[in-house]
Amino acid sequence: MERGLIVGIIVEAIITGILTGGVYALMASGLTLVFGVMDIINVGQGALVILGAYLSFFLEQKLHIDLFVGLLITMPVMFGLGLLIEWLFIRPIKRDRTMLSILVTFGVALIIEGFLNIIFSADNVKLQAWYITASFPIGGFYLSYIYVFGFLLAVLLLGGLYFLLYRTKFGYGLRASMQNRIAAELIGVDVERVSMITFGIGVALAAAGGMAFGATNAFNAGSAYDLISRLLAIIIFGGMGSLRGALIASVGMLVVEDVTSVVWSPVWASTVFFILLVIILLVRPQGLFGQVEGRKQ
Amino acid sequence: MKIIKTAGLLVLLLFVIVFPMLFSNPAVTTIAVFTLMFAAATTGWNIFSGYSGYIALGHGAYFGLGAYTLAIMCQRWNIPGGYLPFLLVPVAGLVAAAFSVVLGWIALRVRRHTFVVITIAMFFILQLLAYNLKGLTNGSTGLGLPIPTDWSGDFFNIPFYYVTLAILLVAIAISWWVRNSKYGLGLLAIRDDEDRALGLGVKTGPSKLSAFVISALIVGMVGATWAYFVESIYPPTAFDATFDVAVALMAFLGGLGTIAGPLLGALLLEPTQQYFTLQFSQNGYYLVIYGALFLVILLLLPQGIIPTLRMRWGKYQATRHQRQPEGENDHTISTLPGQGDSASVTRKEGINL
Repeated sequence: MERGLIVGIIVEAIITGILTGGVYALMASGLTLVFGVMDIINVGQGALVILGAYLSFFLEQKLHIDLFVGLLITMPVMFGLGLLIEWLFIRPIKRDRTMLSILVTFGVALIIEGFLNIIFSADNVKLQAWYITASFPIGGFYLSYIYVFGFLLAVLLLGGLYFLLYRTKFGYGLRASMQNRIAAELIGVDVERVSMITFGIGVALAAAGGMAFGATNAFNAGSAYDLISRLLAIIIFGGMGSLRGALIASVGMLVVEDVTSVVWSPVWASTVFFILLVIILLVRPQGLFGQVEGRKQ
Repeated sequence: MKIIKTAGLLVLLLFVIVFPMLFSNPAVTTIAVFTLMFAAATTGWNIFSGYSGYIALGHGAYFGLGAYTLAIMCQRWNIPGGYLPFLLVPVAGLVAAAFSVVLGWIALRVRRHTFVVITIAMFFILQLLAYNLKGLTNGSTGLGLPIPTDWSGDFFNIPFYYVTLAILLVAIAISWWVRNSKYGLGLLAIRDDEDRALGLGVKTGPSKLSAFVISALIVGMVGATWAYFVESIYPPTAFDATFDVAVALMAFLGGLGTIAGPLLGALLLEPTQQYFTLQFSQNGYYLVIYGALFLVILLLLPQGIIPTLRMRWGKYQATRHQRQPEGENDHTISTLPGQGDSASVTRKEGINL
């Protein structure tokens, strides 16, 4: 009986880990995609996720629009915001792209955090909907519907992303730019346009991830820091620029965290993941599916 | 020319030394102390990141390690407030440096972007540990440091001012020495082309790691002094994510990989930041303004003030001496905006300041 209970708890932790891992995969894939195509690290992704969560919160509170329906508004809006950020701040960077892009996107994150603090104050909020409070029984424990819905949303959007990347002309151009920017330009890919749209897609994915994140966690503008540290850890773990790596690492991270928090203590959940990350880096510095960085000339 | 430069520097040094006597208002000296702290930390950061080109965005980790080490030592050994804790500042720096040996060894196995991201991740690991190791750090309740009760309000800032100034001078001396040594040339070679540097016989691994440890030592000492100055520390203030970026931004503004650049950057940005914090006590406005300032600087002056000025001066000289070409100016002419790259600073070995 005692052993059965422990196994049950661990199975439950693994299931919720996989379900929430899907949501993190959504946010992390935006980050790693942008890195792969544009060679920049968008450290503003955490703040953009929180912005997406607040947009959903606003639509739900003021206009009583359902969270999932609201995505039809927030995702295009955030896509547009992504295009704007890319055009205004990323494109003008001509040299030292990687480094300056980190600082610039950090600046963008500070501005977003500041505005969110001014508009929504620093109090924690949580999204409201029937499927967040209601739950259904599954093999001995109760699971809130939102975990399943969030996971389905992630599967749907990541499936769409897969289709876009591997089955459309835009996707060919995007993957060509990822492999070799100059060669892609030579065969007629408009790399600047591809970059801009990729950044927009990354930000739109952040909006969807933000809604699912806000539905399962209480958040405020400061949550962005915790989120970006996890997202960065995920993309290093999976190998920077690798979508497959981001998916596996997201699910892996959340499963490790959830299992740690039930068998040991929630306090140590993310620390254990970070220690795993360091061990992986000792063995494989480029992450699970990353490419070894060679001479760049 | 050299005499003018030396004299100018001496006058500047004298001014910095007598500054607290000229402006004794505690509000002014507080800002001065913070500015000196950031100048020292940025100079330390620049010794590694500026010279080697490996941008570390997790030096807040060593700042926090220094701060917590001093706080824990004072608590465990019941050290009273006064001059004694200052003697422990180098010890705190050494502890931070010891950590940096291990963390740097792991992080420096990768290059470029991955290195940047790993340093950020390591920073967050240490911040989490500060929250979680409650027996040592007291968790989110934070730690208090001894309060020097016999220093009155007007005098309080003075010891901190001179201690920080001493750390800053040491940092500048190290930075200057590195910049003018063969070791420093090796670091600059790594920045320009690591594989070629390795091929030419630069011991890239030990060079990078030692520079990383030196910078962590300086940042750790600054962190310890800061902790004693602010009297109580918490995980998010000692391990401050904005610190990571602030030092990088200051170095970028002044000029990455120069000696005066970090000083100029700190001198311009830190008082501004302190002013905004005082002016807009509500967190949000301050963040928006600081972020916007940040973006404007980066987009208008991506090379930093000192390299830009040097480039302009070089162009001016070149046009003036057009009829009598000098070998030294040849390279400067070719670094017109848009053509040169950040490495151009390296190639012009003649000027260091």
